[in-house]
Amino acid sequence: MTSEIILQAIVTGLMMGLIYALIAAGLSLIFGLMDIVNFAHGEHLMLSMFSSFWLWSLFGIDPIFSIPITILLMAFCGIVTHYFLIRYILKAKMLIQICATFGLSIFIRSIAQLLWTPDFRNVDKPLLEGRLEIGSVFIGQPQLIASLVCLIAFIGLYLFVTKTETGLALQATAQDRHAAEILGIPSNKMFAIGWAIGLGCVGVAGGMMANYFFIFTDVGINFALFAFVAVALGGFGSIIGCLYAGIIIGLVESLGGLLIDPSFKLLYVFVIYLLVVIYRPQGLFGRY
Amino acid sequence: MDNRLLIAKSEPLWNTNNKVIFLVGSLIILLFTLPLFGLNSFYLHLFIMIFMHAVMAQSWNVIAGFSGQISLGHGAFFGIGAYATSFFYIQYGVSPWISMPFGILISGIFAILIGIPMLRLSGHYFAIATLLIGISFQVVFQRWDLVGAASGLWVPMTSEDSWIALQFHKSKVPYYYIFLIFFIITFFIVWLLSRSKLGYRLRAVRDDPQAALSLCINVSNYKIIAYVISAMIMAPMGSLFAQYILIIDPDRVFNIEISIIVLLITVLGGIGNVWGPIIGAAILIPISEYSRIYLGGTGGAVDLIIYGLILMVICIFRPDGLISFVPKDILERKKQR
Repeated sequence: MTSEIILQAIVTGLMMGLIYALIAAGLSLIFGLMDIVNFAHGEHLMLSMFSSFWLWSLFGIDPIFSIPITILLMAFCGIVTHYFLIRYILKAKMLIQICATFGLSIFIRSIAQLLWTPDFRNVDKPLLEGRLEIGSVFIGQPQLIASLVCLIAFIGLYLFVTKTETGLALQATAQDRHAAEILGIPSNKMFAIGWAIGLGCVGVAGGMMANYFFIFTDVGINFALFAFVAVALGGFGSIIGCLYAGIIIGLVESLGGLLIDPSFKLLYVFVIYLLVVIYRPQGLFGRY
Repeated sequence: MDNRLLIAKSEPLWNTNNKVIFLVGSLIILLFTLPLFGLNSFYLHLFIMIFMHAVMAQSWNVIAGFSGQISLGHGAFFGIGAYATSFFYIQYGVSPWISMPFGILISGIFAILIGIPMLRLSGHYFAIATLLIGISFQVVFQRWDLVGAASGLWVPMTSEDSWIALQFHKSKVPYYYIFLIFFIITFFIVWLLSRSKLGYRLRAVRDDPQAALSLCINVSNYKIIAYVISAMIMAPMGSLFAQYILIIDPDRVFNIEISIIVLLITVLGGIGNVWGPIIGAAILIPISEYSRIYLGGTGGAVDLIIYGLILMVICIFRPDGLISFVPKDILERKKQR
């Protein structure tokens, strides 16, 4: 085990971590806004990867150019989800909310299996290919671009939420729905916007990952699990926390895989999750 | 006032509505005599699956319905039960009847070990943690060579039907009765639990942990008790299932689908109600088995599409499940005067 291998693992973990961070940010935004955990988050990621794949395979649009279309599709999907499902369960018990989004995840996944079969697919010869060699570290070009785009999207999301008027309205709704309504912020519209943005983030991550990741109907489960952990780690509802948490998870995953045994990646992340929720239940940057 | 309290205290635990006793009694007699009418093996299989899933859902109902903690990884205990009997039978030739209690015990111990750190969490945190646990069990068993890693365990078949090895090759009737008896025993236990002091305390924990705490109910202890009971109900079903199909592998017995279906059955039937899981299982299992017949293979995942849809529709329109359609006076116990 040389220092180069460890450096390589750190770089890989960092790049993966930025993608986890963006996926988790979408989840965290929705949670912070309406106290609902979207258990279908992994399936939405799967949908965005498939959207990217089909745009490539049917219309020949390279995944890197189809990103805006994927984002729009996912945002639309978020609004539809809110309008047809979430709207009705806002006031329900937490148990029912969990069951409803869990039902949505089963529904999306099995429809995808029926329509597209559980085969593994990948985008053949995308524009982004090959790898860079910096010193002794190899960096896959698609991975690098994907993580950079995710970082940019993350910064964009952060600026949007903290600086723009709509973003501030979102925050106000998250803090106190009724007080915000008194001030003339329609909470229903804010929820729809929250879902659109949250799934838009997933659209960016899924679209970029379509460049180099296998695309299949169960792809979302692991990413969703890591996103849940990242959200708990960063503190439910904190967006900046997701960035740090995502990077920590990416590093733990790749370093744990390198130093101990790669087949138990999930367990290391799980241990981190348990330690955090037991010793610091509000997460690293949580509000609660 | 004192008088009424005394009457309530002297009232036997099983004092209940006559309509319910009549209904349940006739149902039990019907189920016991059913194989005598010469059902073919498909219908026997259908009933066996309904009994099994009703018990599994009842197990989930104890932790989620009574104590209000949503476990998304309940398949883990099913798998532990299945592996316990098969492993001891293959390695040491121990009869499943002896290793089944052992499986229950292991399951209970695991529930305590998992429960102590995790049940301090609540709500979403617990749900996510159990989801991770369910998948971790699958990952570990897929790579554990002692228990056959990913290819699983193949229980050697006996040449004759055997009650000791719990294998019946000629007909499914013995399995039918075994599952039926387990089904009745489990429901009786959970029914007693639901109207015992423990059951009321669990519901207090579910409805308002803080108020429960102020009444000297140790919230996290009661959650652990519920979790252990729930795990111990789940494990024998895994054991029996392993004896029924005789091949187990991590992808089958630790599958996340098991955790999904128990949740679905309970929510459809009525969460927190003893009778909910029966109604849920009686409706959902036929859907799944028939879709497998008509669509082939695993049904092209059509049953899961229907499940997902049902789950969402129930959550939107009937959060209390189908049991809420039944008039209240049938469900409640006879009024004391």
